[in-house]
Amino acid sequence: MRAKARLYPKEAARLLKERPGVRRAVTGATLHFERNRLRAYGEVDIEAWRARAKAVKDHVLSHLDRYLELAERKLRENGATVHWAETPEEAHRVLRDVVARHGVRRAVKAKSMLTEELGVNPLLESLGVEVYETDLGEYLIQLLGEPPSHIVGPAIHLSLEEIRRLFHDRFGTPLDASPEALAAVARRTLREAFLTAELGISGANFLVAETGTLALMENEGNIRLSTSLPKVHVAFVGIEKLLPRFQDLALFLPLTARAATGQRLATFVSLIQGPGEGGPEEVHVVFVDHGRTALLHDPEAWETLRCLRCGACLNACPVYRQTGGHPYGYVYSGPIGAVLDPGLLGLEEAYPLPYASTLCGACYEACPVKIPIPKLLLAWRRRAVEAGLSPRLEGAALKAFRKVMESPALYRLFSRALRGVPLGAQEILPLLKAWTGGRGPLKPSPKPFHQLWQELEGEWTPGNGS
Amino acid sequence: MRVALFITCLADQFYAEAGVAAVRLLRALGVEVDFPEGQTCCGQPAFNAGYWDEARPLARRTLEVFREAEYVVLPSGSCASMVRNHYPELLPGSREALELAEKTYELSQFLVRVLGVEKLGEGLRGRKVAYHHGCHALRELGVKEEPLLLLKNAGAELLPWEAAEECCGFGGLFSVKLPEVSLAMAERKGETLPEAEVLTSTDAGCLLHLSGVLARKGKGLRVAPLATLLWEAYAG
Repeated sequence: MRAKARLYPKEAARLLKERPGVRRAVTGATLHFERNRLRAYGEVDIEAWRARAKAVKDHVLSHLDRYLELAERKLRENGATVHWAETPEEAHRVLRDVVARHGVRRAVKAKSMLTEELGVNPLLESLGVEVYETDLGEYLIQLLGEPPSHIVGPAIHLSLEEIRRLFHDRFGTPLDASPEALAAVARRTLREAFLTAELGISGANFLVAETGTLALMENEGNIRLSTSLPKVHVAFVGIEKLLPRFQDLALFLPLTARAATGQRLATFVSLIQGPGEGGPEEVHVVFVDHGRTALLHDPEAWETLRCLRCGACLNACPVYRQTGGHPYGYVYSGPIGAVLDPGLLGLEEAYPLPYASTLCGACYEACPVKIPIPKLLLAWRRRAVEAGLSPRLEGAALKAFRKVMESPALYRLFSRALRGVPLGAQEILPLLKAWTGGRGPLKPSPKPFHQLWQELEGEWTPGNGS
Repeated sequence: MRVALFITCLADQFYAEAGVAAVRLLRALGVEVDFPEGQTCCGQPAFNAGYWDEARPLARRTLEVFREAEYVVLPSGSCASMVRNHYPELLPGSREALELAEKTYELSQFLVRVLGVEKLGEGLRGRKVAYHHGCHALRELGVKEEPLLLLKNAGAELLPWEAAEECCGFGGLFSVKLPEVSLAMAERKGETLPEAEVLTSTDAGCLLHLSGVLARKGKGLRVAPLATLLWEAYAG
């Protein structure tokens, strides 16, 4: 997917103005997820779970080469074919080959953010393959030609009315059709696709190295069908998705479900070990790098690779809640996107995203693997300034700010000036204008405290108490 | 006991009353109060925006100004957190930064944790108060119960507020870099705000931002810094 992250401030403003319904839909849905998460966290010793999960992930990330080799060996022993893709092009090659060898005309896809990164759908379409997204939310946005707005709930930004209209236009359902009736229409179409597709594509929530087991979590059953009905299954797995041992799933499956939706466990968990009876004839696992190795070697930002893609930080983020994911302009939005996208795309490409936060810290509180998102936001901002990516006016303003604050005499002068400026004049200064536009003029106290202090000193002398 | 007040630039300019209230309150509790000359800004705006080179000299100044202090108390959660949590990051290896961090407190935190004061008086009897948790006070300093305890024990009726712990959207430079998003966040706070007489918080930035938006919405409630209300709790 091509990144449009640089447009974030403009796109966020535009969306708020032109599609106020998005704010309503996203706020409602994320608050619902957030309440469920808090309840689900409250049922367990969540601090111990988070600490354990972080430790396991840190261990696997610091011995990644070893675990990747082990995983490859085990997968091969299980009869799966293993591929390595450093770039999207290399991942495309695997898919092209499968499509050619099997004469694939139709593919069903389980929701996967990594395949968004790789641009799998446009590639398949260019090869003349009909692709069906089979997650209901993902199917909706595929029909609309939109990217996902949320890591877990891709269609979180749509209202029921918008979905009714979409189905009315596409399938002729009535404009007041019930959600059940709409789901039934989608189910009919998708069932037909499951039964006729030659290729099933998925991502992976986890890949267990010691057993070569792919673990996939879902609530609709579509992943199970996508990965078992077609005769070929291709799974794209980010190299950071590894877990060392099978027993680690006992922690990571319930932790991810609690973090993502507040469920104790996802409705369906598929554990796939390779081709076999009742499943596809061929299973391909494609390990994808796409910037991850470079990120792993970043002394600060590597911690983002612990991410489980649960979306808890998005649900907790009051900034994300106003717009949903689209203005962020890349696959990963919200707080995790603001720290992961610069790591994957390069800071220049993702520049303003680290500023898409007030540093309120709600994301860190929600994160099941304790990614220090606020700290990483600060690090990316520092680097952006060092790299000269920030606007010149901003740099000049902060330099002037420092000069004033460095000198008490200048500060007192500024303080007097602030009280001398007529309130209307605030409209002229660019930074102040951005403030006054929505909040009215800034009204300083009649006298600053440092002046009042002189008066207060006379009020009390040590020893005379209250 | 002697306390050095760090009023911080926003409170100094826009909520001078909070500083006055803090002085009177601390004195009333028998604490000697200093206002060290030469203090300006803690450097947080520059630090948070990524301009660490501009923030560093301000942090060093602050270390210098408060070097001799026994305790440093601020009527601001985010500036207190800047000193406590971020000075050691900004000035790695600085012993002075660690020393200052350890003796720095937000006002309500200082009252409850250091002075052991849980009740100031009953001056807020029957007043309907909405408390906005400033994010840095709440999540970086862990100041959550202290202000609520002091307000409640002074007789205030603390109104339940669904969004009390949600960020108001100020975020320093965020409010001017992404003004539309910032305002949408404040509006959400406003939409859920209960019918309070007073809205209060530890931070001048949050209050400045919220009062601007609430005033536009025609909500007639009073917006006052926590320090001001705590003094009223004492003085009645």
